[in-house]
Amino acid sequence: MKTRDRLLIRVAAVASIASAFAIIGAVFIIMGDIVAGGAGYVTWEFLTGDPTDGMTAGGVFPAIFGTFMLVLIMSIGGIPIGTITAIYLAEYAHQGSRLARLIRFAVTSLAGVPAIVFGLFGLGFFVQFVGSGMDGILSGDGKLVWGQPNILWASLTMALLTLPVVIVSVEEAIKAVPRELREASLALGATKWQTIRKVVLPNAVTGIMTGGILAVSRGAGEVAPILFTGAAYFLPKLPTSLSDQFMELGYHVYIMSTQSPDVEATMGIQYATTLVLLMLTFGLNFSAIFLRYRIRRRTLS
Amino acid sequence: MNHPLNHPLNQPTYKIEARDLNIFYGQKQALNGISMSIERNRVTALIGPSGCGKSTFLRALNRMNDLIDGVRVEGAVTVDGRNIYAPGTDVVELRKNVGMIFQKSNPFPKSIYENVAYGPRINGLRDAKTLDEIVEKSLRQAALWEEVKNDLAKSGLSLSGGQQQRLCIARALAVSPEVLLMDEPASALDPLATAKIEELIHVLKQQYTIVIVTHNMQQAARVSDKTAFFYIGELIEFNDTHVLFTTPGKKQTEDYITGRFG
Repeated sequence: MKTRDRLLIRVAAVASIASAFAIIGAVFIIMGDIVAGGAGYVTWEFLTGDPTDGMTAGGVFPAIFGTFMLVLIMSIGGIPIGTITAIYLAEYAHQGSRLARLIRFAVTSLAGVPAIVFGLFGLGFFVQFVGSGMDGILSGDGKLVWGQPNILWASLTMALLTLPVVIVSVEEAIKAVPRELREASLALGATKWQTIRKVVLPNAVTGIMTGGILAVSRGAGEVAPILFTGAAYFLPKLPTSLSDQFMELGYHVYIMSTQSPDVEATMGIQYATTLVLLMLTFGLNFSAIFLRYRIRRRTLS
Repeated sequence: MNHPLNHPLNQPTYKIEARDLNIFYGQKQALNGISMSIERNRVTALIGPSGCGKSTFLRALNRMNDLIDGVRVEGAVTVDGRNIYAPGTDVVELRKNVGMIFQKSNPFPKSIYENVAYGPRINGLRDAKTLDEIVEKSLRQAALWEEVKNDLAKSGLSLSGGQQQRLCIARALAVSPEVLLMDEPASALDPLATAKIEELIHVLKQQYTIVIVTHNMQQAARVSDKTAFFYIGELIEFNDTHVLFTTPGKKQTEDYITGRFG
């Protein structure tokens, strides 16, 4: 009996260590494969050039630019709304009130909705409803300006997808502001809003940045929400207006691997594009982790 | 100008009066029918064992208890004869008039200057020269000016614990309150820094009405004119400090001040 118990414990230990190493191994295999396949292709020309030869050669600059613009507009649209919601939840809502619970339920549900559903929602709501409505009012002659996929609708769809990330991080940051600082401000005769604006938000700014960065890295890595709302297969020029379509790194990888006339020929630049995308999201994630670590340390001290 | 009502001697002797004050946290009653009159330009000390309600009482005087969820207040507290729990009371105005110093010094992570200027600024004061004057005057009153006058741009958090607490006092003085509530202001400080705070309280009482919560009975005896002893939410005894400490009227007070419990 005792020997069997000891054997079981040993098996469990080995199994848990093995599964832990399997995770590390998976990361190394994925990263190793991508770096080995793509590193040789990531050159200055690749990062700054346009795709050529039916997208079997050339660079990815339009996709990098498009990704950058996408996350920028997404941040402008999503971070303020997420921050305001987080301020409401952390500072104004009575914990456990019906409205607060409803908002939290909505945030959790939003976080669980599959990305492709966001894409379809964006197409139905932003493109067809809002966009077509705007065209009906702004240009009476039936010309399509806003009623078609573009970078604005794609960015707003992505903002919706990343909203839960922003709300949760910012709320955490606001709650990490010491109660003593709030009390000090209120005891001096500051109103609640003055306290939030002058004490709470300045002390939560790193947390708000963390939320923004996490949202950006999430947004940069998603393809499904922009499939129908604005990403383009190939564009001869960079987007210059909110009503232009755009190229995006993740979507570009998808296009090259499924839609190219010669998938074999694109292997190298596919790897390289994936590498660029991964570096971008990893870099953003690590800076968010670093910021969060600094907040935690400050809160503890 | 010489109207009798403008004469300070004709102001009511009591700056603050509590009448049948009950405070509940949810179901739990924290204060039980407290009636107490606090004299103008005197130091009133609140003593008693942990959880006796002395801090709750202190925080009732500028309605800081309002910030706690599920708190319920019955009875009245008047400041200058006006009930601060009456409907329509401007809590923001009240707190400008009744300042507070906390147990743990809590300067903002801003410069020394900005800490003191915070209150005047939120009141809408913009004029740089007036702000400079207020900052200097408040820091002088808090006996900190000489130590920091060349470092006003340095972070408030770079100061020592005792200096931080005096910075908090200066910050409270900058909004010109008439009452200062102090919640164990020296409990985290070394004896030297404590002595400085106590010295400061002696000076400040000429201009301000001070209510101080303290765990330290020697401190209460040193700094206060009147002392109130709280026990399990009740005001057991309230008298002149020298009377309360030499000839306590109640058994519980005597037990506490002689260290038999607490």
